[in-house]
Amino acid sequence: MLNLRKAIVELYRKAATSLPSDVKSALIGACKREKNNSNARTALSIVVENIRIAKETQRPICQDTGVPVFFVKIPAGLSQLNLKNEIIRATKVATKKIPLRPNAVDILTEKNSGDNTGSGFPVIYFEEIKGSNLIIDLMLKGSGCENAGRLYRLPIAELKAERDLSGVRKCVIDTVHRAQGKGCPPYIIGVGIGASDDQVTKLAKEQLLRRLEDQNRYEILSELEKRLVKDINRLGIGPLGFGGRTTALGVKIGVNHRHPASYFVDVSVSCWADRRARLIWGIQNSKLKIQN
Amino acid sequence: MKAKTINLPLTKDDVLKLNVGDMVLINGHLITGRDKLHKFFVNEKPSKKQIPFNLEGTILYHCGPIIKKRPKGFETIAGGPTTSMRVEMYEQLIISEYGFRGIMGKGGMGRQTLNALKENGCVYLHTIGGAAVYLADRVKRVVDVWKLEEFGMAEAMWMFDVEDFPAIVTMDAHGRSLHEEIEKSSYTVLKRLIG
Repeated sequence: MLNLRKAIVELYRKAATSLPSDVKSALIGACKREKNNSNARTALSIVVENIRIAKETQRPICQDTGVPVFFVKIPAGLSQLNLKNEIIRATKVATKKIPLRPNAVDILTEKNSGDNTGSGFPVIYFEEIKGSNLIIDLMLKGSGCENAGRLYRLPIAELKAERDLSGVRKCVIDTVHRAQGKGCPPYIIGVGIGASDDQVTKLAKEQLLRRLEDQNRYEILSELEKRLVKDINRLGIGPLGFGGRTTALGVKIGVNHRHPASYFVDVSVSCWADRRARLIWGIQNSKLKIQN
Repeated sequence: MKAKTINLPLTKDDVLKLNVGDMVLINGHLITGRDKLHKFFVNEKPSKKQIPFNLEGTILYHCGPIIKKRPKGFETIAGGPTTSMRVEMYEQLIISEYGFRGIMGKGGMGRQTLNALKENGCVYLHTIGGAAVYLADRVKRVVDVWKLEEFGMAEAMWMFDVEDFPAIVTMDAHGRSLHEEIEKSSYTVLKRLIG
């Protein structure tokens, strides 16, 4: 498993130091759309320049290298326990080598573990899949935007949000309005709808792994995603909260079945530095790909 | 965008010349401090003698950097701002007790801080969230650090010597806050959108 450990360190490096091409292009586009000489435009041009320098010098785009969240799709026969241990070992190496900021703090002693590992840290989700490829998605979720996320139980009278997609739309707009510029817009928004609170928070985060151009397989959700981007941009919060035309680059919605008595909606907010990367490892041919 | 160059330490007069919307390029020695440091300052009230840095007229930067120890000293790898609102409950007292002329971070702060800025002649500077390597490259030198062992890298009080460090004035000493204005205008839109 030694090679896999090295590969996971490189996955960390890819995620921390370079942005996915879709997000980068969207930021360049957003920069051009802001008014000449506006603070929004200046801010986005610094953001774009920062992305370039980070990649060139292989340093983390943002000093908050976040909570590492792993979504591991594992073919039958591989041990989850071994994989978990490899991820933890790779996390310690990556923290030192890249370097990442040590972010794991013990609740009881308030001590930082110094290597980004601890109880439930990093966050790892496993799912068994068919085929012979191990797929590891890594998201580095900065806490400025993580703190901006919200969980809703519909209906909510104050928002006039009923138990339907129109109610979901109101929740998403409400989240962004409450976040204002505190989570580093332009945002990418993941939404999860379903039966239980723990399930929808994960589902919302998983939506953030979708590329911006990815079409929702349900037409009605695809339309809602597009409508929400327009709605959010009308708020005028703008890049970094300076006011302006772009507050969101994308909205992605995922649904599960719900209980008749429950309608949970989780809205997960990503900052513009939507750091994600994917590792694909062929178990039989040992082929390795790391991309974002 | 034409930027104003400001040199630290700042005087009250310097601060009064700054208005919401101004872009500034900061030069000189500033210090970092975030959640733990704010809590410590307010609960333990260290005297100015106990603090190894002169805070008079400088900027308190909400930043938890990535710093690497090199044989010749410390190097800033990444050093963008953190969300300022988390220290809203502490900032008023820190501004009035410790002589800062600037608070810098991202996302803006609330009414209490805005009032403290006006009462004490201080300004809130919003730098570029996430632009951590661009901003680290404007740190010429890490001058010194305090509370590194106790608070850890991200929460320690670092003193940076910065050159042409960019920020935008979003809350000034005249009582104006861009964040309040945008929150208000976006609320009107919110009401229209959700009916």
